[in-house]
Amino acid sequence: MRIGDAKQSYEADEAILTSSTQKIWFALFLFALLLFPFVADAYLLYLGCLVGIAVISTTGLNILTGFTGLISLGQAGFMGVGGYTVAWLSANTGLPFPVTLLLAGLLAAAVGILVGLPSLRVKGLYLAIATLAASVFLHFIFAEWESVTGGMGGLSLEPAHLFGLTFQSDFGMYFIIVPLAVLMVLAAKNVFRTRIGRAFIAIRDRDISAEILGINLLHYKLMSFALSSFYAGVAGGLFAYFFRVVTPESFPLSMSIFYLAAVIVGGMGNLLGGILGAAFMTLIPEALKLLTAALTPFYPNAPIFMSPMLEIIFGALIVGFLIFEPHGLAEIWHRIRRFFSLWPFKN
Amino acid sequence: MDWLFFGEISLAGLAMGGLYALIGLGFVIIYKATRVINFAIGEIMMFAAYLFLAFAGGMEMSPWVALPLAVLGGSLLGGVIEKIMIRPMLGESSISVVMVTIGIASILVGVVEMIWGADPQLLPSFLPRKPVFIGEMYLAPKIAYGFLIGAALLIVYLLYFRFSRGGVALRATASDQAAAYSMGINVRRVFNLAWVFGSLAASLAGVLVAATGGLSPQFGAIGLSVLVVVIVGGLDSIVGALIAGVFIGWLETVAGAYLGGEYRMPATFAVLAVILVFRPYGLFGTHEIERV
Amino acid sequence: MSSILEINNLSLSFGGVKALQDVSFRVPENTVTTVIGPNGAGKTSLFNCISGFYKPQQGTIRYQGEVLAGVKPPVRAAMGLARTFQNIALFRGMTVLDNIKLGAHVHMKSGLLGSLAYFGAARREEMAVRSHVEQHIIDFLEIDHIRRQPVASLSYGLQKRVELARALAMRPKVLMLDEPVAGMNREEKEDMARFILDIREEWGVTVLMVEHDMGMVMDISDHIAVLNFGQVITEGLPEEVQKNPQVIEAYLGTSDMDSLRKKLNPEQEVA
Ligand SMILES: Nc1ncnc2c1ncn2[C@@H]1O[C@H](COP(=O)(O)OP(=O)(O)O)[C@@H](O)[C@H]1O
Ligand SMILES: [Mg+2]
Repeated sequence: MRIGDAKQSYEADEAILTSSTQKIWFALFLFALLLFPFVADAYLLYLGCLVGIAVISTTGLNILTGFTGLISLGQAGFMGVGGYTVAWLSANTGLPFPVTLLLAGLLAAAVGILVGLPSLRVKGLYLAIATLAASVFLHFIFAEWESVTGGMGGLSLEPAHLFGLTFQSDFGMYFIIVPLAVLMVLAAKNVFRTRIGRAFIAIRDRDISAEILGINLLHYKLMSFALSSFYAGVAGGLFAYFFRVVTPESFPLSMSIFYLAAVIVGGMGNLLGGILGAAFMTLIPEALKLLTAALTPFYPNAPIFMSPMLEIIFGALIVGFLIFEPHGLAEIWHRIRRFFSLWPFKN
Repeated sequence: MDWLFFGEISLAGLAMGGLYALIGLGFVIIYKATRVINFAIGEIMMFAAYLFLAFAGGMEMSPWVALPLAVLGGSLLGGVIEKIMIRPMLGESSISVVMVTIGIASILVGVVEMIWGADPQLLPSFLPRKPVFIGEMYLAPKIAYGFLIGAALLIVYLLYFRFSRGGVALRATASDQAAAYSMGINVRRVFNLAWVFGSLAASLAGVLVAATGGLSPQFGAIGLSVLVVVIVGGLDSIVGALIAGVFIGWLETVAGAYLGGEYRMPATFAVLAVILVFRPYGLFGTHEIERV
Repeated sequence: MSSILEINNLSLSFGGVKALQDVSFRVPENTVTTVIGPNGAGKTSLFNCISGFYKPQQGTIRYQGEVLAGVKPPVRAAMGLARTFQNIALFRGMTVLDNIKLGAHVHMKSGLLGSLAYFGAARREEMAVRSHVEQHIIDFLEIDHIRRQPVASLSYGLQKRVELARALAMRPKVLMLDEPVAGMNREEKEDMARFILDIREEWGVTVLMVEHDMGMVMDISDHIAVLNFGQVITEGLPEEVQKNPQVIEAYLGTSDMDSLRKKLNPEQEVA
C-alpha cells in the first residue's frame, strides 16, 4: 500500500470507519439503537439502559486499566461520587441533567486525580492498593457524612429533567443513556487516535522508555485517572437518575470487581471489547435469573443458589478469560468476522 | 481516660495482631517466592474455617482432629490453586495474575455459599474457656489461646525457613530465580510449596479468627486488612509482616472500640495511605530496581 | 569544532559497583561520535545519565552550553536528546506507525479536550505529524510496507529500524544509538550504517553511538571515546584510537597488533 501525499488521503486513512462497508454497518447499528426502545418490552428496555450505563463505566475503566495499565479497584467509588453528586444537586439545586451529569463527572475526575497522586511515587500493584484505600474512604464518607449523603438510608431523587421535560420512565432514560454512551465511546476512540492515547499505551507497555522518549508519566497517569473517573462519574450519575435512589450499598467493592471483570472478559485495551464485556457481564445475571425461574418448578431450591452461582460464574469468567483468551471477547469477535469475511466471498 | 479499658482493648488488639502477623507471613511467603499478590488469601482462610465447621460441627469430630484436617484442606486448596490457575499465568503481567486471584476469591465465595449457605454461623468452641488475666487486665480466652496457637505456628515457620532444606530453597528462589534454577532447585515445586505453606498459615489463622468472631461468606473481607498489613510492612518482608501485623491488629481493635466499628477500616487504610505516600515500598520492603 | 554535548567528571555507582568513574569526554557537533568498550564498561549507564534516567553522584553534563542537572527526562527529550535502546523498547500494543508518531509527542500540543473531540487544531496537528512521518521518516528508512503492522510481528532488524524511526520523529539534535546493529545480518548492518551517515549529513544531527561492531565503528565514526571499567581511557580520531596501546591492552586484552587489526577490522580480512 502506498499512500499518496495529498493531505486528504491521510485524513481518510486515519478515520475511525475506513471502508464503506464499515460505514453502512455502523449506520445500521445506530438505527437499531434508535429503533430498539419502540419495539422492546419494558424488561428489555430496562436491560438496554443498564447495559448503556455499564458501557460508559467499563469504557472509563478500560482507559485506565486496559490502555494505561493501572489497575483500579475504585471504579465503584468513583461512580458513587457521581451518583451522590447528581442526587445532591437534584435535591438542592434543581439543575437540569446535562449540568448535573457534567458536574458529577468533573467531581469524580477531581477525586480520581487525588487517588492517582500516589502514582508520583508508586506504581503497579501498589497503586491498585491506593485505589482500594480510596474506595474504603469513599464508602465511609457515603455512609457517615449524613448531612450530605443521607447516611445509610441514602438519598432519593427527582427524575432527570431538561427544558421542562422530565425523564421518568425507562423509555425516557434510554434516550439520555444510550446517546451519551455512544458519544463517550466515540470520544474515547478519538483519544486513541491522538498523542494522548499513544502516551497512555506507551506508559502501559514500557513506562521508563516512555519517559525517556518525552512522556511526563505523572501528568499522563493523572490524566488517565481523571478521564477514567469522569466516565465513572457520569455513569454513576445516570445510575442515580435511573434508579432514583443512591445508598452506600449502591456502590460496593464488588461493583468495582464487576467492572474489572467486564474489561477483562471484553478485552483489555480494546474499546469494542469493553462494550462487549459490559453487555455480556450485565446480561449474565439476567440470563441466570431466567434459568433459575425455569428450574424452580423442578428444583424449588434453585433461587437460593442463584447468588452464589453468580459469584462462581463471575470468578470463573475472570480466571478463564485471563488464562485461555487474554484478549477477551474482542478477539473472539474478530475471529468470527475474519471467518465471515473469508466465506463464502471476501467483502 | 480509663487505662484498664485501654489496656484490655490493646491486649485483645495485639493478640488479634498476632494472627494478622501469621496471615501476613503466609502472604509474604507466597509473594517472595512467586511475586504473586494473592487477593484470595482471605477466601482461603474462610474456606479452611468452613471446613473446620463441617468437620467439627457437621461430622462431630473432635475439634483437635478437625483443626489439623481443616488446615490441611486449606493448604491443599492453596496448592491446587497454584497448580491449575496461577501456573498457567507464568510470565504474564502482574496485573493479570492479581486479577486471577480476584477471580479465585469470587469463585471461593460462591462455592462456600453454595455449600454452607449465606447465613453467619458460629464455630463449635474448642478453646479453653477459663478467663485469662494479665495483671489486672482481662483477655477473652478465645483470643488469648488463639494467639498462643498462632504464635506457636509462627515460630515453627520462622525456624523452618531459617534452617530446613525447603526453607533454604524457598529463600534462594525468592532472591534469584535464575540462580536457584541453575543450582538445581526445582523452582516449580518451590512455587507450589510456597502456596501450600502460605495457605497453611492463612488457614490456621482463618479457623482461629472465625472461632472468635463467627463465620460467613463475607469473612474473606479480612483479606483487606491483611493487604494493609503487608503493604505497610513491605510486600517481601517477613519482619515487616510481623511488626505491621501486630500494629494493624492493635489499631483496628482500638479504633473499633473507641470510635465504633465503622472506623476500623478507615483507620487502618489511613495508615496505609500515609505509608504509600511517604514510604511507598513499606516499612521494610525492598525497592525493585528498574533498568532499560 | 564546538561540542554539542560535554561530559565532565561524571561518576555513578550502584552500591559498590562503580559504573562510571570520573568520565569526561565531548561530542563535537555534527559528528558521529562512538563510545566503545567491553560489556559492563558503563556505556548504557552513560546514556541513561544523559537521558536523565540515572542521576550521577558527581559531575556535569553540558548540552548546548547548558548544564542538565535536575532536568527531567521528558524535558531532555523535548530539548532534542533522542535515543534508541540496547534492548529494543518498542511499545508492543501499537502499530509501527503509532510507535513512530509517539516520538513526535514532545513537539505536539493538543490537549485532552481537543483529543476527545478530534477536531480543529488537534486534528490538524495529527495530520501534520502523519504527513511529516510519512514523507521524511517512513520513506527515508524504507519501512512503508510495515507501517500498519503491530511491532511484535517484526523481525529483529526491522524492530531496530522502527526504533530509529521513532527517535527521528523526536526531531533530535543529538541522536543516541545504543548498539544499533547488534544482532543484525550483514545487509541490515550496511543499511543502518548508511542511514546513520545520511542522518548526520542530511539532517545535520549529531550522532552519539555505542557499538561493538568494530568494522562499522571505524568506518563511520568521526570521533571515538573508549570506556573501560567506568573510565575513559582515551578519545580521538578512529586511527588514533586504533593505535593506542592502552586501548589494545584494555579493550582486547592483547597487545599483539596483528590480531588486533583483524579484530578491529574484520571487513578487510573478508574482502
Ligand atoms: N540499575 C542498575 N543497578 C545496578 N547496577 C547497574 C544498573 N545499571 C547498570 N549497572 C551496572 O553498571 C555496570 C555498567 O553497566 P552498563 O552501563 O549496562 O554497561 P555496558 O552498557 O557498557 O555493557 C555493570 O556492572 C552493571 O551491572
Ligand atoms: Mg550496554
